[in-house]
Amino acid sequence: MVFPPEERCAMKSEIVRKAFLKSLPVMAGYVILGIGFGILLRDAGYGLPWAFAMAVAIYAGSMQYVGVGLLAGGAGILTTILTTIMVNARHLFYSISMIDKYKNAGKYKPYMIFALTDETYSLLCDGDTPDRENADLYRFLVSLFNQLYWITGCVLGSLLGTVLPFPTTGIEFSMTALFIASFTEQWIRTKDHLPAVTGLLSTLLCLLVFGPERFLIPAMLLITLVLTLLRSRRGRKAV
Amino acid sequence: MNTHAAILVAVMAAVTMLLRFLPFLVFRKKTPPYIAYLGEVLPAAIIGMLVVYCLKDTAVTRPPFGAPELIAGLAVVGLQAWRRSSLLSILGGTAIYMVLVQTVFVA
Repeated sequence: MVFPPEERCAMKSEIVRKAFLKSLPVMAGYVILGIGFGILLRDAGYGLPWAFAMAVAIYAGSMQYVGVGLLAGGAGILTTILTTIMVNARHLFYSISMIDKYKNAGKYKPYMIFALTDETYSLLCDGDTPDRENADLYRFLVSLFNQLYWITGCVLGSLLGTVLPFPTTGIEFSMTALFIASFTEQWIRTKDHLPAVTGLLSTLLCLLVFGPERFLIPAMLLITLVLTLLRSRRGRKAV
Repeated sequence: MNTHAAILVAVMAAVTMLLRFLPFLVFRKKTPPYIAYLGEVLPAAIIGMLVVYCLKDTAVTRPPFGAPELIAGLAVVGLQAWRRSSLLSILGGTAIYMVLVQTVFVA
């Protein structure tokens, strides 16, 4: 379809608006978590340029928090590599499940892959877009807005230090709430609840067995194993 | 000290980026059916995993036995099922949690 330029422009701004609305739930969480990170990093002796550089180049919330410890302790390079792999291995999963959805994203694709955080993933993984033709622009913008919130938070935290105008105890629950809302929405939308239940129960089991410090990798392995077994069951049914 | 710190930041950035790009580079030509299947079922499972991950440090064996998390979490589920607006669910659930930990279940 060919649209006159002004109409195309109107469609573009509509996409920007929709992407912004979609990204709003992440804004509060990212700004707050970013501020927390900026404060921690400042206390560890690394100021504004460091907060900014890490928010731009690493852009992985939990890794940046762990990174503060690595920097403060003067960790070795091998330790840093292994820690990063452990903390961020779940990103392999996100990418695997986005291979098809990001297939035709063209010039937007490298940035979209780079910016695939937990929260961006949870906003985009249902594959729901307001407009098929501009799906890639929409996903790109959601990814970009989220990183801008994150950078803003990290920079603010570094600037503000510990002076905050209201008691923020408990505000970290916004991230948990984001994932619970995604989980609920996913549950309502789909008929097959086995994958969701698999994720929940496997992780819970691994948390109980391995403890809160090192359950994530066993959980990912167990989830993959159970889903693989479910697939062969599904395959036999089809035959 | 600053050079070493800069190297560490670069290493963290590079490894994180590698993890994010690797599946796209490995399965560049055609996605094998098994990987396509994983891509289809993983999202729901991972969101479930992240919910547990976020709640991993909740103390369920001593007072208040995870009550704020449970109440606020159920509020999020209820709000989402009711209005299907994640912004409302997240803001509502977080507000309830903050009130609970600041006034009702003060440590």
